Amino acid sequence: MRYMALIYGNEAASINMSEAQGQAMLGEYNAFSEMATARGALLGGEALLPTHSATSLRVREGKTLTTDGPFAETKEQLGGFYLLKCDNLDEAIEMASQIPGAKQGTIELRPIVEWD
Amino acid sequence: MQSEIKSSYLKLIEQIFQEENGRVVASLIGFLKDFELAQDVLQEAYLAALEHWPQAGLPPNPAAWLYTTARRKALDRLRRATNLARKQSLLKTEAEIAQLPDYPDTDGPFADDRLKLIFTCCHPALNLEARVALTLHTLGGLNTAEIAHAFLVSEVTMAQRLVRAKRKIKEAGIPYIVPARDQLAERLDGVLAVIYLIFNAGYTAIRGVQLVRREMCSEAIRLCQALLEVCRSEPDLREEPESLGLLALMMLHDARREARLNSNGEMLLLEEQDRTRWKQNQISEGEALLDRAMSLNRPGQYQIQAAISALHCQARQPEATDWYQISVLYAELNRLNNSPVIRLNWAVAVAMATSPARGLELLAQLETQGDLKEYYLFHTARADLLRRDGDWQQALAAYRHARTLTHNTVELAFLQRRMDELQLRLN
Repeated sequence: MRYMALIYGNEAASINMSEAQGQAMLGEYNAFSEMATARGALLGGEALLPTHSATSLRVREGKTLTTDGPFAETKEQLGGFYLLKCDNLDEAIEMASQIPGAKQGTIELRPIVEWD
Repeated sequence: MQSEIKSSYLKLIEQIFQEENGRVVASLIGFLKDFELAQDVLQEAYLAALEHWPQAGLPPNPAAWLYTTARRKALDRLRRATNLARKQSLLKTEAEIAQLPDYPDTDGPFADDRLKLIFTCCHPALNLEARVALTLHTLGGLNTAEIAHAFLVSEVTMAQRLVRAKRKIKEAGIPYIVPARDQLAERLDGVLAVIYLIFNAGYTAIRGVQLVRREMCSEAIRLCQALLEVCRSEPDLREEPESLGLLALMMLHDARREARLNSNGEMLLLEEQDRTRWKQNQISEGEALLDRAMSLNRPGQYQIQAAISALHCQARQPEATDWYQISVLYAELNRLNNSPVIRLNWAVAVAMATSPARGLELLAQLETQGDLKEYYLFHTARADLLRRDGDWQQALAAYRHARTLTHNTVELAFLQRRMDELQLRLN
């Protein structure tokens, strides 16, 4: 099965990180990616810029309405994701529990719809 | 005559259902990977049994007969499946099923998948209500209406809850396996918690006339026995002391079940109960389980609670109760599992070991911590200690307050009886 691991966290804390802290976090994420790749589980993943760079839009009656900011203001924001290939939920949980962001924020695991 | 034979077989099938259903349904789900389909075809197999057995006689291994029949019915259904995508995924299952050896209608080996099923039903990715309902529905012998009744929700709500839980298992990819070694201890704790919740739901109903729901208690005991039985063949699980402790605890509680109500259906306190009505053989069984658990030298909350229950069971008269030992055990329990309810029980045990006045002091301290203000049992405990201390006026006021905090008709009747007694003394 494929799972999307959505990484939620307090982005203000990440923005206010020192240079050294930021480097350390990057190192942890690289280590996770290497581990997941070695296990053949990593299908993809990216980090996102903070929500102040977000644009939301909707099309109504043919008109595109755009607004500044994220879809919803929440305490924890979506900061990145991994696309993982795992046999089952237990394996996905085990894998996702090693994502560095799990220690401060929350990882939401969503199964991918398989069209077949 | 014919109908007599049929009704005797109906009884037999009911008995087989009680004893074997969990095992058969677990094996079916194991192969079909589909809860709904497994339960549907097993239902049909029971109906087929009711047709065939009165004529052909009881097969040597009824569970295997049911299993084989249900599997054939599943195959038929898969072949008839119309939806193409579904058919493709089912064809794979079909091929897999076709390769499996037929279970002979003799005492052949029968794969036991109950452990996998217990872990699937109690998976932490399901919410607690769903875990309890699903465990009762698939492993226990309760139907949707019975489970709905036990948890005070409508049948429709319960049916939806079950459907949602089964869908989540399928869609989220909750596996049908015994968890990996490093997760096992934690996951087993979760399974025990679900079993204990089922037992408690049977033992103390929140609302309603029926204080004890017998079948829920028996079901929890049966599940725990099945868990222990299947764990024995797992090298990493074997004899897990807390599983033994939980079974001991439920056995000991259950031994006193009948004695908790008098002939008018009124609730009786431990000290008012007719101790000759306690089931001695069940108490011995519980004590033996507890001894075995404790010999493994890994104490835990269920073992300690079982030990407390055993001390109550051992006292021939209420006055002979070893309250000192009980208060020590509650203190230990609170250390392991800090909770205001345990501290309340500890305070009552101390009061019984020393004096009501000392207990009232401890309760006053507990009350300042806030958690127990709206807790029914806190106020009945306080009322009881005031009564023992001879402060009838205050006791009456405390019972009145307790009465506003419960809806259980049996408990309400008990409070009324106590208040009537106090009123008589005051007059």
